[in-house]
Parts: sequence; C-alpha cells; structure tokens
Amino acid sequence: MTIDLSQFKQTFLEESDEGLDVLESGLLALDSGTADDEVIHAVFRAAHSIKGGAGTFSLNEIASFTHVMETLLDEMRDGRREISKEAVNTLLNSVDVLRELLDAARDDVPPEMARVNEAQRQLENVLSQSDEAPSQNIAGSENSSDEMGQQEKNAPSGWILKFHPHEHMLRTGNDTVRMFKELASLGDMDMVADLSGLPEFEHMDPELSYLSWEITLKNNPEKGEINKAAIQEIFEWVEDDCDLTIDPLYEEAAEIEKSDDEEIVADSVEASAEPEQAEVNTVAQDDTVTAIADKSAQKKKKSSSEGGSIRVGTDKVDTLINMVGELVITQSMLSQMGEEFSMDKLEDLREGLAQLERNTRELQESVMRIRMLPISFSFQRFPRLVHDLSQKMNKKIELKMSGEQTELDKTVMEKIGDPLVHLVRNSLDHGIEETDVRVAAGKSETGTIQLNAYHQGGFIIIEISDDGAGLPKEKLLQKAIDKGLVSAQENLTDEKIYDLIFHPGFSTADQVSDISGRGVGMDVVRKNIKELGGNVDVSTEPGKGTTFTIRLPLTLAILDGQLVRVGDETYIIPLVSIIESLEIETDNINSIAGTTEVYKMRDEYIPLVRLYEVFDVQPDSLRLQDCLLVVVEGDGGKAGILVDDLLSQQQVVIKSLETNYKRIKGISGATILGDGTVALILDMPGLLSLAKEIEPVKHYANG
Amino acid sequence: MSKSILAVDDSTSMRQMVAFTLKGAGYQVEEAADGQQALDIAKTRGFDLVLSDVNMPVMDGIQLIRSLRALPTYKFTPILMLTTEAGTEKKMEGKNAGATGWIVKPFNPDQLLNTVKRVLG
Repeated sequence: MTIDLSQFKQTFLEESDEGLDVLESGLLALDSGTADDEVIHAVFRAAHSIKGGAGTFSLNEIASFTHVMETLLDEMRDGRREISKEAVNTLLNSVDVLRELLDAARDDVPPEMARVNEAQRQLENVLSQSDEAPSQNIAGSENSSDEMGQQEKNAPSGWILKFHPHEHMLRTGNDTVRMFKELASLGDMDMVADLSGLPEFEHMDPELSYLSWEITLKNNPEKGEINKAAIQEIFEWVEDDCDLTIDPLYEEAAEIEKSDDEEIVADSVEASAEPEQAEVNTVAQDDTVTAIADKSAQKKKKSSSEGGSIRVGTDKVDTLINMVGELVITQSMLSQMGEEFSMDKLEDLREGLAQLERNTRELQESVMRIRMLPISFSFQRFPRLVHDLSQKMNKKIELKMSGEQTELDKTVMEKIGDPLVHLVRNSLDHGIEETDVRVAAGKSETGTIQLNAYHQGGFIIIEISDDGAGLPKEKLLQKAIDKGLVSAQENLTDEKIYDLIFHPGFSTADQVSDISGRGVGMDVVRKNIKELGGNVDVSTEPGKGTTFTIRLPLTLAILDGQLVRVGDETYIIPLVSIIESLEIETDNINSIAGTTEVYKMRDEYIPLVRLYEVFDVQPDSLRLQDCLLVVVEGDGGKAGILVDDLLSQQQVVIKSLETNYKRIKGISGATILGDGTVALILDMPGLLSLAKEIEPVKHYANG
Repeated sequence: MSKSILAVDDSTSMRQMVAFTLKGAGYQVEEAADGQQALDIAKTRGFDLVLSDVNMPVMDGIQLIRSLRALPTYKFTPILMLTTEAGTEKKMEGKNAGATGWIVKPFNPDQLLNTVKRVLG
C-alpha cells in the first residue's frame, strides 16, 4: 500500500509553526533566566518533534538541520552543557533559519541553503566547543561492514538457532509464539523445546518463561534463501531479554559446526558471520524505500498550499451546533404555525419571530467568535524582538505583557501586526533612554515596555507603554513650526502637540536609526489602523513615559455606519471616518483654479466631493442649500461629501463586492438593508482619490 | 472483529499519518495526544496494540509504558515505541519500562504496517 504523505504536510507545517514559537519563547526564557526545568524539556521536545516529522514527510533539509539543533539542546537538557548566552543566541538564529526552511517547504520552493549551512556551521561550532565527547550516533555504526572479510565461501542451507528467553521476556509483550510464526514463514522450521528449566508446578509463575528452544530453519526452495538479517530482525526487540545464537547450517558439515557452537554460545548475535546474500538484499530494500520517498516528494510538489486555516476550540463549535439546533426548532415552530394560521395566533407569531431574532443574533455572535483569536498570537513575537533589539542597542529592557487572552478577529490581528511592531520598536528606540541617562535621572537601569490588551464595548484596546523619557513637547512644537505645520502664534493644547507625531512627514529623530527610522512614520501607523476602522492616540508624561493606545473594532465583518441618501440611492459612510455633518452656507464655497471647489470650515478649506457626480446618479436638488455636507477624514486629508439627506446610524454586515461582483474604486463593500435593498459602503480614501480624477461637469447653482 | 490500536503522539501530523495508514489497513484506531490521555483511554477498554511516541508533554512514553504495564489488562499487550532515538539508551529505557519493541522514526507507512502486522499477525 502506498500512501500519499503530502496530505499530512499541511498539518505538519502548522504544528511546526507552533513548535517554533515554543522554541523561541523557551529560548528567550532561558536567556533571561526566568525558565524552570520544564522549559528546556519543552524546547527540546519541540525541536525533536519537528525533526521527527520532517524525516517522516521527507523534508530532509529540515530534518538534518533540526538534528544538529536537537543534539545541542539534548546536551543542555541533560545538564552536560551549560546554557550559555552564546548557545542560546545561536539557537535563536537557528530558529529563524528553521522558520525559513519551513516557509520554503510550505511554498514548495528550494530553501536558501547558504544561510542554512552557515547557521548549521555555527551550531556545530558551539557543539565542538564542548570538552564533551561528541554525542554518540550509533545508527550508522550498527551495520558496520567489519564482517565482510569473514564471508563464508559456501552459502549455508539454513540456520540453527538457540533461543533461551530470560524469565521476564513475556512481560514486555513479546510473544514467543508470534516470533516462531514469523520464523516459520521464512523457511522450513523444526524445533525442539528444552523443558529442563521448568520448576515444580507449585513453584511455577505462569507469567514467567522457563523454556528454551533449539530451532532448525532450512531454506525452502519456494521461499528462497533465508538471510540472517531477516532472522535478526525478528529477535531485534528481545536481543537483551534472551540468549540467542544464530549459526549457519551446512548439511554435510553439520558435525563440525556443532563442536564450534560451544564457544560461540557466550557471544551474542553480532559475532557470527554474515553471508554476502544478506548484504545484497539489504541494499535492494533500501533502494525501494528511496524510490517510495522520491515518489511522495514528487506528489508533494503538485499540491499547492491552501488558504489559511483557523484552529477553533471545540467549545466554540459546540455552542454553534447548539444554536443551530435552537434555530431549527424555532424555524419548525414557525413553519407549523404558517400552515394553519389564524388571527388569534398573532401573539404566538410575534413571540416566535422574537425568538427567531434572538436565535439569529446569538448565532451571528457565535460565528463571529470562531474568527476570534487571542491576541497572544500577535504578542508572541515581541519577546524575541525586544530581546534582539535591546541587545543591539545596549539597553536593558524588560517586556511585560498582559491581557494576552483578549480575543480579536483573525483578519484584524493579521493587519495590526506591523503597526504594533512599529510602535514597540519606537518605544525601544526613542522611548526608553540609554542606561546611563536613566541612572542619572534616578530611574532603574532596566526600562520597561508594557503591552496590554482588553475589551471595551465592541472594541479592543491595545496599549503600548514605556517608562522612558516621554515625548519632548517643545521639540515637537518647534519642529512643527519649522515645517510649517502649525503657526508659531497658534495656541495648541498639549494633546494637539503630542498628536503632531502622527502628522504625515513628521519625524523627530535627529538621526535615522535602523531600528525605527525605516521610512515608515507614525502617520503610516495611524493610517493603517484607521483602515481597520480604529484609531491610535498617544499620551505622555515627561520623565515618566509614553503610552500609545490603539482602539480597534473586534471584527471587520460588521461596521458602524451612517446611512446617507443621494436621490434614490442609499450609501453608507463608516462612522469612524466622519468628523461632523453640517448644513451648507453657500458663502463659504470657493473654487481654486476654477475647477476644484473648497468649503471654508472655520479655519480650514476642505475640498467638496459631489457624490452624485462620482456615482452618476440623479440628486434631489442641485441647490447647495438643500444639501448636507458630511465632513470626513481619509488618507490624511479631510473632505466634504455632499449628500441629500442623512438617514439613520446602524451596524451593517459587510458583504464583499469582490467576491460577488468585482472590485470598485471608492467602494469597500456592500450591505443588505432591513428592507432588502442593497447599499454600497463608501471607502473614504478611495472615494477621495476618485473624486480628484473626475472633472466636474455640472455645477450647483449658487443661490 | 478487527484488531484495535491505540496511537499516542503529541504531533498531530504524525498521529494523523499513523491513524490514516492503520485505518486504511483495516485496523481500529484510537488517538491520544500525550501519555496521560492515552492512559485515561486505556483504562476504559483494552487494545491489541499500543503505539507510543517517547517524547511527549504531560506524561512521556516511558512513563506511559510503565503505567500501562502496571494495569492487569496491559500486562502482556504489545507496546511499541515510536522513537527517533537511534541510540541504545532510550531503547533500553523503554525496554526496562516494559516496551515490546520500537519503530525508529522516520518511518514510512509501509514500514509501519509491516511492523504492526508482524506484531498483530
């Protein structure tokens, strides 16, 4: 039977990802000295499992690479080697390489062997530094070819076995009858039992083995010659639980051989001669194994990697099934009512519908919950990040995390990763001061970065705080004035000043470091978070530290929207992007360069977007004073959207336009309203850039 | 009545591979992710064969074998270790705990089936 192993590869890669996380966090714990005994065992086990699986699923580069890691970890685990900083760092680096190897396996591309070899060399380097004899690897040496020289000239016609199980052999579940059956399948078997070891009946323990056997196994013409390795294999597991000799049988020379037996009895299996035939057969067998492995490797290449999967706790699935059960009951109740409906049942119907609504809402909530993962998935990369960066910058930094179990939608989680990394890097680089500065300020040498997450309403709040120097208010303000972002006369609140760091193109670092100054500013962080329907704010206290607070919706599948009407069409504007809505005063409208219209709102001029023009629909009125202006923020700039009317605010379920129709600029999705009509959800950044492309063709009549 | 096998491994992919292979050959297979789980299952019923990984969290394979051998039902049940340790040390530890034998990882499905057939006949 040939089994396609590639079907298990996906599972293997997923569990290896988990293994990598165990490796990484374990190594970091070992490094910081916070690890207990179990940690090194867990780390070893993770490497060990990856190695075992990789070997089984023919991922040979991974298997041989993890083998070296495992060897090193094994020595650490046994206490044969000290857990040194150098070793841990080398292992951490190996974890990265291993991750690349696994990624390559996932994508079915050849791995970058240069890095792998380099990492392997480093590992071996660490290994060789030990005064310890290298760990024994017996696998290869067991079948050494020392015996080649002793080959018999004539092939034997069979074998004579003397088999004396030790008393306790049966207790390991090894059954002599099973072994005899196997022997008998090799050739013609003849056996004599030696009963001399049997004790008196009353002293006999039925669980012990007292017998020994002399077995003659002759070649059977139909089954072919028996090779010694096949016999040894049968006794492989009991080698140490019995006395066994296997001697070649020569029909003519049987007498002479027997006399030799006496000397050999003391020796075990290995000492006797190995006929050439056996060697040839083993080689042939190996070939078939390789052939099978090759075949499965080829098959693996064909199957492309599938989309991401989520692991869902059984409790969540159970709840879901439970809900569906209730829904089915409600549905059948209602349909029964419908079959024989009369007006006196109206109250029952109302009740039934209320129940249906409850069921639906609960079901919706549970389905949403399936996509929810603890934020620890996102947090877990930070210990490593902080470890590496603080070493690089020569700062002592402790990372504290809390609320790791707070759940968040998988998609939101994936998208919040990069902004989080940026903020943490920023705290490391700019937030926490150099050690001597800290000491001079009377603070502890070790800086602290705290990651915290918790739920608040329909939102998740993520806080990144440091106990560093705080934001330099004067410096920020001066820079903003220099850059012309604010005027020197302007009287800004502290909050407004600190908020300047999110302004596009604003960077206070005097020198761009390779840690946080990567050309990505805080403005990008805020933009990315806003795209997720969230926001980020900063609060700071000079000398005490800075806290960034991210507020994100728990899911991207539901959105708080403002329904607006243009003619007969209803559109939805995400509530988070709306700053305010107002009635238009026509005096405030100006046009720039004759084409672009702007609206003067207090001190600002904001461009106007005529929704009816962008989407080519018929508005109620072309008179500006009949319209309402919705001021929105998108992509760093404000804009005023002209609509006929503001309708209600409500939560809407987002349906993808891409999967149901196609991608349209300016529209992020659609939803189905209570009355069954479809309403489009506006994508602010897209809409604003779309509006810029459109030459205004009609104009509102002023007046 | 087909023979029943208890497959114990903390690695899901290994467990899946072992279970898939054995079920395909007509055996009944129960799975456990660590020694403690295996022991709990083993206490509720008998199996014709136990296949167990050695390195596992909660309770490792060696301890599982020792605990199984202490149960009357499992005194003589064949228990095979699935082990990557080619060295004699682990094998001996397993044997001393009462293991019947071992299958050395990595193994392919055919090798697994051959060994299981040998033990179960």
